[in-house]
Amino acid sequence: MKELNTNTKNKPSPIDEEKRDFLFITTAGLAIAGGGAFAWSMIDTMNPSKDVLALSTTEVDLSPLEEGQSLTVMWRGKPIFIRHRSESEISSADNVSVDDLPHKETDESRVKNPKWLVVVGVCSHLGCVPLGQKVGDSKGEYGGWFCPCHGSHYDTSGRIRKGPAPLNLEIPPYEFVSDDIIRIG
Amino acid sequence: MDNQENKKTGITGWIDKRLPVFTFINHNLRDYPTPKNLNYFWNFGSLAGITLVIMIVTGILLAMQYTANTDIAFDSVERIMRDVNNGWLLRYIHMNGASMFFIIVYIHIFRGLYYGSYKYPREILWMLGVVILLLMMATAFMGYVLPWGQMSFWGATVITNLFSAFPVIGDYIVTFLWGGFSVDNPTLSRFFVLHYLLPFAIVGVVALHLVALHQFGSNNPTGVDVKSSGDTIPFHPYYTVKDYFGLGVFLIVYAALVFFAPNFLGHPDNYIPANPLQTPAHIVPEWYFLPFYAILRAVPDKLTGVLLMFAAVLVLFLLPWLDKHKVRSATFRPFYKQFYWLFFINAIVLGWVGAMPAEGVYVLIARIASVYYFSFFLIIMPLLSRFEKVGELPSSISAAVLSKKFDKDINESYAK
Ligand code: HEM
Ligand code: FES
Repeated sequence: MKELNTNTKNKPSPIDEEKRDFLFITTAGLAIAGGGAFAWSMIDTMNPSKDVLALSTTEVDLSPLEEGQSLTVMWRGKPIFIRHRSESEISSADNVSVDDLPHKETDESRVKNPKWLVVVGVCSHLGCVPLGQKVGDSKGEYGGWFCPCHGSHYDTSGRIRKGPAPLNLEIPPYEFVSDDIIRIG
Repeated sequence: MDNQENKKTGITGWIDKRLPVFTFINHNLRDYPTPKNLNYFWNFGSLAGITLVIMIVTGILLAMQYTANTDIAFDSVERIMRDVNNGWLLRYIHMNGASMFFIIVYIHIFRGLYYGSYKYPREILWMLGVVILLLMMATAFMGYVLPWGQMSFWGATVITNLFSAFPVIGDYIVTFLWGGFSVDNPTLSRFFVLHYLLPFAIVGVVALHLVALHQFGSNNPTGVDVKSSGDTIPFHPYYTVKDYFGLGVFLIVYAALVFFAPNFLGHPDNYIPANPLQTPAHIVPEWYFLPFYAILRAVPDKLTGVLLMFAAVLVLFLLPWLDKHKVRSATFRPFYKQFYWLFFINAIVLGWVGAMPAEGVYVLIARIASVYYFSFFLIIMPLLSRFEKVGELPSSISAAVLSKKFDKDINESYAK
């Protein structure tokens, strides 16, 4: 044990700047890491929960749909438009020069089987649901869908042709599980 | 100091001149002169403030997932526990946060009681504190009802029925509180709305609490007023660092509870959905209400029991006038100190007996403890105010601090 030295005992010991910096940086670093982890886990509670994610696939039986008829199903809370297209609808979608389109996509790239068009029924402008699914609905100038909110016209391939919407109707992920049944999501 | 503020330039200076937020922060959280001898019991105010913020943040996030409808409330809470990302963590933080909040505030109150912080000139500061306590109790009670488990339902039934004790109007009050003829959907919806609202009322009262605090500054362990600038140190960095350190320790305890024993303080029956046809065999309130619950049950008469239970909290409002002894700190009051510690133990006994069945020896213990609870305030305090003799007080905070240091140095050098 060191001998008691009253002289040095009452003098404040010199400040060790390096040690202080080290302590400050490690403490602040840990506090920020801990605070960040806490903040993120709390914010993450607002992301889609497990029960919401569980609703993310839908199976649809297409067999009752006659040519020319449409069907609307829900997927992730959004309408999915399914149309059993007629020969003339398919050819009118096919016979457009892609260069003339605002959003350049061929009809071929938008279908798995040309008879069936499957699109998300949400206008790419500001999210309204376009008309054209029901008998008697306006189908717009291009025979597909017409969004009444701000006047966007979609063709028989669900592509934007006229109006403020910038993009074609989105194609949801789907696959044919058999000839007449598709699984969306 | 004000001159210094006005010289500030740049964006902060521009804003500060028009809206003196930076001056305000500087005044209240930096330069703010604080007694230099505050011990760790002075950490609990800032801890309470931080806990209040944690409760509000987690509460808002929970409210985004919760549904206040008797058909789905219970399931919506289970969904939070199972399906919501980190929902279990969110809920456990909020649930145990309520308990931590009460622990902190009870320590905060016992600190005030020991050091005489309720005395002149801090009477309103203290009374605002009691208002906060009442609001907290109401908020916690209604929050406990929301998960709509057995304890929620029957707790709500029992507590609202307290008001039926009042003659003539009692039944009308209860029907009014329920919005019907039993605790049901209307009750749940209004409890949810009020449970969301009241914490913001608490924020408002806390703001007033702090205005009142900064009018005269903190009391201190000697209870002797600040006499010169030598008695104080600036709040920053000395007390900011001390508050941060206290926060770290507090969060360790809080996190230990959340992660290792999240249901330790809760009651398992609340994981059974509410059933209006069957009361659980043993119904107890949350631990922080137990002392008051014990007083309720100690009295054989319904109305008197209810009145005494409310009186047990409300008597705190009168404290500045019940204890008129000139000396603040119990450190220098040999008799008050003893009665204080007896009161402290007595409060714990009340809490314990409140959790025991209301029969046999427990009733007797509850009665004795209730009598001491009120005697402490209504008899002992006024008597001590008149008759308790005290020795000489330190002439100032500095004198007290230095003499203690001096004693310690002497003792140490003798020991060597
Ligand atoms: C939400 C709850 C509360 C918050 C956020 C809060 C906040 C604070 C803060 C930050 C301080 C200064 C730091 C300190 O002395 O610990 C303080 C002081 C004080 N509080 Fe509270 N408080 C709360 C509840 C209460 C209650 C319930 C009471 C009493 C019934 C109370 C009585 C006092 C007194 C008397 C002081 C001055 C203490 C002294 O200077 O010695 N407070 N409070
Ligand atoms: S939302 Fe469809 S046109 Fe604006």
